Amino acid sequence: MSGGTSQDVAIRGNTVTRIIIHVVLFLFAVYYLLPLWVMLVNSVKPLDEIRGGNMIATPQHWTFEPWLQAWSQAQIGVQATGLKPYFLNSIMMVVPAVAISTILGALNGYVLTKWRFKGDGIVFAMLLLSCFIPFQIVLIPMARVLGVLGLAGTIPGLVLVHVVYGLGFTTLFFRNYYAAFPTELIRAAQIDGAGFFRIFFRILLPSSAPIIVVSVIWQFTNIWNDFLFGASFSDVDSVPMTVALNNLVNSSTGVKEYNVHFAGAILAALPTLIVYVLSGRYFVRGLMAGAVKG
Amino acid sequence: MIDRLQQWLPRLVLAPSFIVILLFVYGFIAYTGVLSFTDSKMLASYDFVGFENYAKLFGLTNWKTALVNLAIFATLYIVICSVVGLLIAILLDQKIRAEGLLRPIYLYPMALSFIVTGTAWKWFLDPGIGLENIMHLWGWDSFSFTWIKDRDFAIYTLVIAAVWQSSGFVMAMFLAGLRGVDNEIIRAAQIDGATGIRIYTRIIVPMMRPVFLSAFVVLMHLAIKVYDLVIAMTGGGPGRATEMPATFMYSYTFTRNQMGIGATSAVIMLMMIFAIVVPYVYSELSRGGRR
Amino acid sequence: MAFVRKLALGGAVAALMGTTSVASAAEQVEVLHWWTSGGEAAALNVLKEDLAKKGVEWLDMPVAGGGGEAAMTALRARVTAGNPPTAVQMLGFDIKDWAKEGALGNLDEVATAEGWDAVIPGALQEFSKYDGHWVAAPVNVHSTNWVWINKAALDATGLGVPANWDELVAVLDKMKENGITPLAHGGQAWQDATIFDAVVLSMGNDFYKRSMIDLDPAALNSPEMVEVFNRMTKLRSYVDDNFSGRDWNLASAMVINNEAGMQMMGDWAKGEFLKAGKVPGTDFVCIRFPGTQGSVTFNSDQFAMFNVTDADAKAAQAKMASSVEDPVFQSAFNVVKGSVPARTDVPDTDFDDCGKKGIADLAEANGNGGLFGSMAHGHAAPAAIKNAVYDVVTAQFNGEYDAETAAAELANAVAEAQ
Repeated sequence: MSGGTSQDVAIRGNTVTRIIIHVVLFLFAVYYLLPLWVMLVNSVKPLDEIRGGNMIATPQHWTFEPWLQAWSQAQIGVQATGLKPYFLNSIMMVVPAVAISTILGALNGYVLTKWRFKGDGIVFAMLLLSCFIPFQIVLIPMARVLGVLGLAGTIPGLVLVHVVYGLGFTTLFFRNYYAAFPTELIRAAQIDGAGFFRIFFRILLPSSAPIIVVSVIWQFTNIWNDFLFGASFSDVDSVPMTVALNNLVNSSTGVKEYNVHFAGAILAALPTLIVYVLSGRYFVRGLMAGAVKG
Repeated sequence: MIDRLQQWLPRLVLAPSFIVILLFVYGFIAYTGVLSFTDSKMLASYDFVGFENYAKLFGLTNWKTALVNLAIFATLYIVICSVVGLLIAILLDQKIRAEGLLRPIYLYPMALSFIVTGTAWKWFLDPGIGLENIMHLWGWDSFSFTWIKDRDFAIYTLVIAAVWQSSGFVMAMFLAGLRGVDNEIIRAAQIDGATGIRIYTRIIVPMMRPVFLSAFVVLMHLAIKVYDLVIAMTGGGPGRATEMPATFMYSYTFTRNQMGIGATSAVIMLMMIFAIVVPYVYSELSRGGRR
Repeated sequence: MAFVRKLALGGAVAALMGTTSVASAAEQVEVLHWWTSGGEAAALNVLKEDLAKKGVEWLDMPVAGGGGEAAMTALRARVTAGNPPTAVQMLGFDIKDWAKEGALGNLDEVATAEGWDAVIPGALQEFSKYDGHWVAAPVNVHSTNWVWINKAALDATGLGVPANWDELVAVLDKMKENGITPLAHGGQAWQDATIFDAVVLSMGNDFYKRSMIDLDPAALNSPEMVEVFNRMTKLRSYVDDNFSGRDWNLASAMVINNEAGMQMMGDWAKGEFLKAGKVPGTDFVCIRFPGTQGSVTFNSDQFAMFNVTDADAKAAQAKMASSVEDPVFQSAFNVVKGSVPARTDVPDTDFDDCGKKGIADLAEANGNGGLFGSMAHGHAAPAAIKNAVYDVVTAQFNGEYDAETAAAELANAVAEAQ
């Protein structure tokens, strides 16, 4: 069974109950799928059909032109490059940012549960509270700091920003996960002479797969979808995907090609969608193991 | 020597994160606090004006609207997300064969930003092209759904889209919680003759108090931060009817060039967030202490 | 951990090397703008290619959204970081504000050599110059007091082109009788304010100047202003139920598709009509808002030039400014964009009927003192006041205030934002 095990004791009902359950679940699925459906069908319709017709109907004339346009031909700025070149920028930003924040979160969680010291509670509290800061307020001071560090407008600068504002979450995930890990094992290893890092890499890390998945999914989605930091701290050669997408769909005084916009929107969302679909089962398992533990 | 290193190593490992957070989070919060007492306009200035910005802020109609909207939005959003999330989680936990297919469908909205889905929702709720139009095309001519165009109802359409985005995530949290409940306890209850629904209402749901708490905190902070959603769906309209604290802060800081007032609203927002989160953190900590 | 630190350090070093290598390259201009849609971007490409001929590389930095709001936020982060772009598309009072901060460069040399003073209207110079020095190069003049009327719908009323308020009401009433939406409109604050501008202007040049430019409280809360709001209420009655939040181009589409009679919108709306294959004069008519013929409310996109220290960058900046004011570019760009050239000596040969009328109107208004910055588009008052006006106008248009309250609130809100 994927994603943990169902309870043995389900609501024991007759066939009618089970049909009702399935119908309810199906209706919810329709509700969740609706916007994706709207985007999909309208991305393969010609523009005049969108203007005149039923927004959830399938197209009368299928066209994949909008997808090609969005990917490689649409005007993003002065260049008609489509979204393609920005994809790589996003990848180069997301991968290190997710990796670094996850590694740091794991180490922090390890220290905060297994190497406790006086005042560690305060440190954890401060990290945790940092999850809740509204990003708009850090924009201007952060810009100044990046400028001083010489990282303004660079991908490493964006990586730094995303690592900083993701640390709270990753630390929280790993701390809750490691809290349930038997401390006796650590003590035993210590007595055998294993050091700080050895214990971490040999004992804790190998059993951390579920929570790593949670942390990676969480960070990947948040960083990939970020617009505010991307728009403010990027430069000509570090513009991420969301900013490019916004340039595509949000032009203020121009003609709006909705089919191209929808195609672009789906393209931009594809990596996160894939990550969710592929690792969804581990996600629940990871949440089970860490994030929601009571 | 090595022993001493081993002793300090944990602190050294934690230090970079701590310093970074101290500067980039708490330092910046302090800076915002300072700005709220200045007459900063387009860029930061250091001409102090005392509590003038605070007095001004609470005299602004837009700010009052934003606070009322937040109260309505946050309440409905949290309650509906929790109920929907719990309901789906319980139903999905009934050995549904299609779970592997359904779960990603419920979860995927969390993966998309509103820059992507905002237009789709806006269209769908628009009476001219969306749901109302579709019902008319299908022959239900008296069908009317004009909330997004109505000053008094537009805020509820934001709830519809927001619940769509987050309830799947809440579902995953509850599902994880359900799967974590010890089977022995349930079996014991069954032996005592308790039926399915009773087991849930009396035993399992009460046991998931921590999940409710986690969900509440996650949802509450999403509610206070809500920004993209408003911009994508209503742009704060009709009129200023769907202004929220986050949109208020952004517009005063960045488009109205009244950074002082923007900073003041940010301080109030932070105070609200901390008022909610600090007790949670405290309970987290005391729980950790027991271990 | 050591690994992580090395990684971070390596990244930082690479970044430093990256920035230095960029700075040492040949002449470049980095341009922050929000002209991202097909037509606009294509028009801007003319400028890019012209600069390429002069050996200047164009680094494109578009940030779309909210009529430049997102770009202005990004700009603030860039300037705070000490990394300002070379040139930034900017509107009205934003230029003044940045000049006041001392962030802008000086274009006097190019301007004197090319005689900008003589050919750029004074009302524009108000924004392009700070303290007597040129700081920005104006690209275009959009005028905002246009009405776009569906020709067939107008003919169906049996009435002529409306020349004053009463005639306008008559036409709108007749269109309503004929079963179409008389007025296509999108309920967004800036669109409401665009109509408001025109209605205020229709009360006379003097009233527009006193209320919108001088912000005279006696004009803001006056019987005339009450009348303005009454007219707004009247116009509101011709809008369909579904107007709120609609994008302006969807409103244009309603006029194009014969669903609506007319739209009150700036000259960028023309692009939508042309793109749909409609011909000015035969399919649609462009007129000034009834009662404002001879006067123009404008907004002007300009490239504000930031303070750069590097000699190469300064030279590139000057070349860009010169290219922007090149009459050939001015004509090519504005034909596409729907606006009119920022200089008065550009021939109107390539423009269509509406474009020609726009150029003539601008010259006339410039001559008779009827050329005013648009409040709705940030050329009459600073951002704080503009948004305060938005608040009241949009609230009144959505039925929150009656006309008298609105006028009083307007005076209040403006006073508070000052």
